[in-house]
Amino acid sequence: MKSLTNRSIEVSNKKMTLMERIYLPAVIGGLFITLKHLFMKGATIKYPEQTRPVSNVYRGKHVLKRDDKGAERCTACGLCAVACPAEAITMTSAERQKGEEGLYREEKYATVYEINMLRCIFCGLCESACPKEAIFLTTEILPANFEREDFIYGKDRLVEQIDKRIDVSKRQTMEVVTQKFND
Amino acid sequence: MSTLLIIKIVIILIIFTITLVAAMYSTYMERKVAAGIQDRIGPDRAGPWGIFQPLADGGKMFFKEDFIPGKSEKWLFILAPGLAMFTACMTGAIIPWGGTVTLFGETFNLQIANIDIGILYIMGFVSIGVYGIMIGGWASNNKYSLYGAVRASSQMISYELAMGLAILAIVMSTGSLNLGDIVEAQKGGQWNVFYQPLAFLLFLVCAFAECNRAPFDMAECESELIGGYHTEYSSMKLGFFLFAEYINMFISSAVISVLFFGGYNFPFMHDLGLSANAITFIGVGVFFAKILFFIFFFMWVRWTLPRFRYDQLMQLGWKALIPLAVINLMITGGWLMFKGDLLAMITKMF
Repeated sequence: MKSLTNRSIEVSNKKMTLMERIYLPAVIGGLFITLKHLFMKGATIKYPEQTRPVSNVYRGKHVLKRDDKGAERCTACGLCAVACPAEAITMTSAERQKGEEGLYREEKYATVYEINMLRCIFCGLCESACPKEAIFLTTEILPANFEREDFIYGKDRLVEQIDKRIDVSKRQTMEVVTQKFND
Repeated sequence: MSTLLIIKIVIILIIFTITLVAAMYSTYMERKVAAGIQDRIGPDRAGPWGIFQPLADGGKMFFKEDFIPGKSEKWLFILAPGLAMFTACMTGAIIPWGGTVTLFGETFNLQIANIDIGILYIMGFVSIGVYGIMIGGWASNNKYSLYGAVRASSQMISYELAMGLAILAIVMSTGSLNLGDIVEAQKGGQWNVFYQPLAFLLFLVCAFAECNRAPFDMAECESELIGGYHTEYSSMKLGFFLFAEYINMFISSAVISVLFFGGYNFPFMHDLGLSANAITFIGVGVFFAKILFFIFFFMWVRWTLPRFRYDQLMQLGWKALIPLAVINLMITGGWLMFKGDLLAMITKMF
């Protein structure tokens, strides 16, 4: 039959040779390929016991840093919330009272500081927006939860514990800091 | 009760247990081999290296809901898995697991029943094995199950022919249908696989088809027929079907070892200067090593080859395997008939 268009292409329907038709050479070849894989090392990382090595600047769960004396660095300026493209950060601020100097570094502080981890895209813009070097992302992986409410992280889970300080020196190198304040 | 009867009962219990445990751990081995071939790790959570995985799977199967579809043929639906399991277990009865043992003043074979029509018995039970699948598929009242069952039965009937013809060549050269005799005839490294390589190949391919294993798993066909004949099954009924498949694989491996790889014979078995009992027990170990290798081979092939299309399967069975088996049979027959004349002719020529 004559084709209606000139676009049809003749399909190659090559007859198989005898060696191809008896399958066995190809079957044996295939068996050796799979046998080779049997002795290869698997790619599996058994996650809870083993973890994949991550970069020093991996963007995981956030932390609100304290200064050397243990006072919270955050001054609730709201720049992180403004910078956040996913609008995951909310906060309310209050003035520091007399006698709270050991708790908060600046005169103003955040009474509530919440990050909705379901909204957060872990871009790290809050980290670079922060003028007080208060918020950082860490290499910690965010755990799964059963309830949506449990993904809203308040200060109880964000502020670093006084006895378990988190080392951010690897992501807050001198180079990073100078560039940040020149911009 | 005579000592022999007690010994036979003990052998029956041991072989039954070994068959079940071997089938159980085949599931574990299958998953490990599959994982290895696909560069994964496989089950490793239940116990060290996951060796309790089959127990966990079995326990899970027991606690699943045992569902019987409303429009199914209830009694046939219940009968089918039992039938599959029954036929799978019965074939183990005539496999010669080892040579003769002398214990408590009695000399006996490590075999449940040494019957003279051993091979016919196996072929018979393998044929009945298709009933489990057919009844299961039909009683489910589900079109996919029925498709699976119809495919399985036509496949088994087709491949049984080639299988029978392949075995016939062995029977002709040995002159016996008795599996014990066939093993004894292969003493001293005279394994049938060296004399009948084509028959071995044909038998192997047919064994894959008879066990409904990939690349011939037409009965299940996960991607086309959901689960084939066991689509509607759940709980331990499904477990029985799957379990029967692994028992069949174990028995097939044993039959292949018996027919073509000398069963419990191993090279130099009489030159080591061991006692008869010691040789027998080493022989049993060697036999199980051979079986293990073939079980591994079954799995190795399963995770290498894709499934045949149904028409390709039929084409291979009827247009390739059966003619080849007939040719092999004719060559064997001709050789047996004119062996003397041919050898005389060759010696005269030189």
